[in-house]
Parts: sequence; C-alpha cells; structure tokens
Amino acid sequence: MTLFKMFRRGGSAPIARERLQLLLAHERGARNQPDLLGILREEILAVISRHVPFEPDKVQIKLDRGKSVSTLEVDIEIPNGFGVALAKAS
Amino acid sequence: MAHVVVVTSGKGGVGKTTSTAALGAALAQHGEKVVVIDFDVGLRNLDLVLGAERRVVFDLINVINGVAKLPQALIRDKRLENLHLLPASQTRDKDALTDEGVAKVIDELRGKFDWIICDSPAGIERGATLAMRHADAAIIVTNPEVSSVRDSDRIIGLLDSKTVKAENGERVEKHLLITRYHPSRAARGEMMTIEDVLEILSTPLLGIIPESEEVLRASNIGSPVTLSNALSAPARAYFDAARRLRGEVVPMIVPSENRGIFNKLFGRKAA
Repeated sequence: MTLFKMFRRGGSAPIARERLQLLLAHERGARNQPDLLGILREEILAVISRHVPFEPDKVQIKLDRGKSVSTLEVDIEIPNGFGVALAKAS
Repeated sequence: MAHVVVVTSGKGGVGKTTSTAALGAALAQHGEKVVVIDFDVGLRNLDLVLGAERRVVFDLINVINGVAKLPQALIRDKRLENLHLLPASQTRDKDALTDEGVAKVIDELRGKFDWIICDSPAGIERGATLAMRHADAAIIVTNPEVSSVRDSDRIIGLLDSKTVKAENGERVEKHLLITRYHPSRAARGEMMTIEDVLEILSTPLLGIIPESEEVLRASNIGSPVTLSNALSAPARAYFDAARRLRGEVVPMIVPSENRGIFNKLFGRKAA
C-alpha cells in the first residue's frame, strides 16, 4: 500500500466483519426455531384430507410475520362436487 | 483408541481435500496409522491430490454394497506406509451412501487405525452429513472471506445437532483451520484478520495456512504439501496443526508479511 492509498481509503475487511456479525446473529436465532410453517402445513393438510379430496399441489399456505400480528393464510383449491364427498364422509 | 475426524466447510474450494491430504500425511509422518476417506461420491479428488488416481480399484460404495472387502479397497500410500486411502466412487449415485453402511465401515476402520479422517464434500447434503455423522472431532476449513465464514457457521450448527455425538448429548470437538490467509492483505485491511474470524465463529483455532504457491504445486504433482516441500510455510503450518490435533501444545504462529518499511511505503508487493 502506498502512502497515497493509505490516506485515500480504509480496507473493506471491517465491513465484511460487521456484515457477517449482523447476518449470523439473525441466522443463528432462526436456526433454533422449529419449522412452524412446515408443521402447520402438514397437520392442516392431514385434517382436511380426511374430509375433502384435493390435490396437494393446489394448496398454498402462507405465514406472514408482522411486528405485532402475524397472519396464517390457507388457500386450498377444491374440485366441484366436493359436497358429495363430504356427505359420504359424514 | 481411534479418532474419527471430519474435514468440512460447507463452501467448496476452500481447501478441504488439500488439508485432508496434508494433515493425514503429517500424522502418518509422525508415525500414526492413518486412513483418509473420500466422501465426495461422484466427484472424488482425494485420490488425485494424493497421487493415487491410477491405483483405485474398489471404493467406499463397493465396500458398503459388499462388492469388495474393506482391505481390498484400501490403498496404501507409496511414500508413507502408515497412510491409507479409501476412495469415493466416481460413477455411482450418491444415494448409495447409507447411514448403516458408513457406520459399519467406520466401525471396522476403528479397529485398524489411529486416525480416520473423513474428507467431506461441499454443501450440506447427504455426503456432507454422512461424513460428519460419526465424527469425534471436526476440522472446519475456512477462508477469511464472507461466504466461507457464513457457511462455516452453518456447518458448526450441524455439527452440534446432526452428529451421533450431538444426538447422544455429547459434543463433537471442533477445530478451526484457516486456509489461504494473506498476511499482507489482512495487514492492509483488505482481508479479515484471524482475530475477526475467531471472534465471529468462536471456535478454537487449529492452525493458519498461509496462501502459497507450494499448495498448488503439491496438488499438481499429486503429493501432500507436507511431503512435497516439508520446509515450506504451508507444510510447517500443517505439521503444527497435526501436532495440535494430537493434543500437543504448539505456539500459534500468525504468518506475517516479510516486507521492509521501504516496500510498505512504496507499494512493492512481496506476495
């Protein structure tokens, strides 16, 4: 490093360190959480499939985490005539 | 008692295979009986780095499938009679690697060797998780670079949760091996320092391998760097790391730039 460069700018290593510290603090926290969405998805599908026939890929489950409220959105496409199946099941 | 050690990193290209070869050879040079196992099914390279690529007949998958007996698949190094290689398969599907199969092979090796060093593939898929599964100790190979450090952190998480030791409430002993370290770039603030990496990963340091042309030369000629040029800076660093692995207390030498004040001021690069 020349004298000129030394005064012009510092190295990028401190930026790398700071970015990593922030990111890893976040990732380590998330790592110990159980896969809530995965568990909910499996159990919800199990319950519904007991009563209504549906194609598993026509199901969308979304979990949005807000600051004070989180929302769980379940969107299932059910073929017409499911009432017949429902009546049979009950 | 045999030590089962996994050499792992998450990220590819950081020096797992080079380090497995160098540390395996260094331990064998100390008189220890060593076997190095390549877990990178489909992309084996430990044979090539050790110069044994033309001697592979049977591999790990053959042993697991019962096609070959373990002694038939082990390749003894031509230079070090204490060093053995169990190669990976080059063609077979990596699904052929089973937990029970790997457990059986490692169990059999425990009776024959002092050190069983498992060279993990990159990533966190089957090959990588099976390579670490039965480990007593882990060497996490890290470059002082953001993506490598992040992946190492992830691997440390897996070592603490997905290994047999972790599942039994024990701990896998973890060691950090920092490779491709440029002392001059770290001094200029262009590369994270050893302290930076240690602070972020909070894992005990096994060694610091400086960036060196000797490492490429060693793999070019198919020889661990501890054999090809035992006096070179990376070889000495690997020898020290191997001694620490054996439990010896060896002072840690942080590689430094060998440049005078004149060169520093006027920008002549030594490295």
